Amino acid sequence: MDNIIFLDNNATTRVAPEVIEEMLPFLTDRYGNPSSMHTFGGSVARKINEARERVASLLGCEPDEILFTSCGTESDNTAVKGTLAMYATKRKVVTTRVEHPAVLATCRDLERQGYSVHEISVNRGGQLDMDELGIRIDDNTALVSVMWANNETGTIFPVEQIAELSKARGAVFHTDAVQAIGKIPINLKNSAIDLLSLSGHKLHAPKGVGALFVRRGTRVATFMHGGHQEFGRRGGTENVPGIIALGKACQMAQKYMEEENTKVRLLRDRLEQGILSSCPDCFVNGDVTNRLPNTSNISFEFIEGESILMLLDQFGICASSGSACTSGSLEPSHVLRAMGVPFTAAHGSVRYSLSRYNTVEEIDFTIKQMAPIVNRLRQLSPFVQSGV
Amino acid sequence: MWDYTNKVMDHFKNPHNVGKIEDPDGVGEVGSMACGDALRLMFKLDENGRIKDVKFQTFGCASAIASSSILTDIVKGMTLEEAAQVTNKSIVERLGGLPEQKMHCSVMGQEALEAAIADYYKRRGGTPPQIKRGTVVCTCFGVTDEEIRKVVQENNLSTVEEVTNYCKAGGGCGGCKAKIAELIDQVQGTRSAAGGKRPAKPARLTNIQKIQLVQETINDQIRPALRADGGDIDLIDIDGNKVIVAFRGMCAQCKMAEFTMSEVVQAKLREFVSDDLVVEELKD
Repeated sequence: MDNIIFLDNNATTRVAPEVIEEMLPFLTDRYGNPSSMHTFGGSVARKINEARERVASLLGCEPDEILFTSCGTESDNTAVKGTLAMYATKRKVVTTRVEHPAVLATCRDLERQGYSVHEISVNRGGQLDMDELGIRIDDNTALVSVMWANNETGTIFPVEQIAELSKARGAVFHTDAVQAIGKIPINLKNSAIDLLSLSGHKLHAPKGVGALFVRRGTRVATFMHGGHQEFGRRGGTENVPGIIALGKACQMAQKYMEEENTKVRLLRDRLEQGILSSCPDCFVNGDVTNRLPNTSNISFEFIEGESILMLLDQFGICASSGSACTSGSLEPSHVLRAMGVPFTAAHGSVRYSLSRYNTVEEIDFTIKQMAPIVNRLRQLSPFVQSGV
Repeated sequence: MWDYTNKVMDHFKNPHNVGKIEDPDGVGEVGSMACGDALRLMFKLDENGRIKDVKFQTFGCASAIASSSILTDIVKGMTLEEAAQVTNKSIVERLGGLPEQKMHCSVMGQEALEAAIADYYKRRGGTPPQIKRGTVVCTCFGVTDEEIRKVVQENNLSTVEEVTNYCKAGGGCGGCKAKIAELIDQVQGTRSAAGGKRPAKPARLTNIQKIQLVQETINDQIRPALRADGGDIDLIDIDGNKVIVAFRGMCAQCKMAEFTMSEVVQAKLREFVSDDLVVEELKD
């Protein structure tokens, strides 16, 4: 697998070499259990505390507000179900139609248990209907869960504003910030956000580690019973190397935030402009002004996403598509369909998501490949009248 | 990432017979942009009535493009009668297989071919040998009951999920799943009544054959029904025409055990093995 051009960083990321260096001793020599009474284990506990401080520093919160989990999905499940368990009399959840399945599927499961779930709509630009949100959040609402940034389009939602609104109505506010962490500055110090999920492998830590921010005083039921780990709120021996890696990745994210918003953004814009100017009949999906600096979602009309990906794959270019050409799903992408992107374009959507490891050469090479690929598929397409 | 065969990838990367024919003898169009895949197939016959030229255009994923491409290879040189015999299974076989969830791509090829042949007859003012009719069952993808019956029959499908994989029916809102299940029952019911699936009952059995057949019948025909109710059955012995079995689990305490013994166990064994069998329950 040489010469990979990885433009699929919203799916996962390369583990930073510095992160590997930091975690490696805990896979080899320093295998102690942080709960042990001897120095060999105790020194590991100190490294976990350091990781907790590093995560807290990136988020602008207190270290004891960070609980380590196994992934973003676990954080989301804990936040949603753990909150509802603490508010037995409130039977309502408000979320959005464009959430990640980790939240959406959890909420739909709650619906089957008798909760009423309201999914807020978005407009063509991917922005939330704030009026609908204002109406839906009421005294009976236990939880409001809105993602910080959308994984498919990169659209950023006004979570601080929604958190304030939720607080005023007595509802707990959770945000799935898996895509936002490390890409845009976040400060929870003077925020009304009660719960926030993040995942390690989206910011150059390995897979299998995540965290949930729980504001002091916010009540969340224990999700995993067991030992006293994670302040007794999540039992189970810690994923020590993973947690240490996440800490290091957060420290680096803080350091590279500037680069993410300058270099990565420039590369993304270069890619987007290059594609738009060389390929006819394509357009960008989502809110281009309120958007993650690394994401570009482009719809190519009259052709199908999977075919585009397979042809890009020949050149080692990795991207992803909102198209699901499987019989089991009619909707090409629940996010694009919620936005009202027409079928003609939703099936042919490609998401490019960059990281600080991408180069200008990679971007220019990708731009060069796109037009021939699109032309070739359009020549095959019955929806294009004359040959392109 | 789909597990595509090399053949699928070859035809996807270098599809054969792409494009249009100036003055075609038949054109078939199936699918739509909304469905996520669509195929336009056209052909021209030579003076002997054989397909001389065939071209396609496809909107869809890699397997949709590969299915269309291989289809044109298959039918080139065929008469329309021969081409009418080509099914989605021919396409899948020539591609060396397709992922289960992509089977509908091969069905789309078959449908386009049928439509093109029908178009040929229509242009000449005639009627094609068989016209596919029926009422729409799956409104999301516009799949009719006749089409569902056909994929069930030809591919020996037994679940709604399989039907969805083959022809998409039921993959949208899911509102027609009960109706699809009914159609499967109809087709598979007819099949078993016609003896299609079941091996013919042998005229004479050796002892060892009889023992094997009894065991098979218990395993395949009887046990699943009992297990569904939390019970089970074991074969204890066979003595001439006497089959001795023991009920387990819920069946052992069931008030209906006697009824089950005669109406289910004995009836099935007589149906599948031999008419003169008598079943006895071992009481311990």
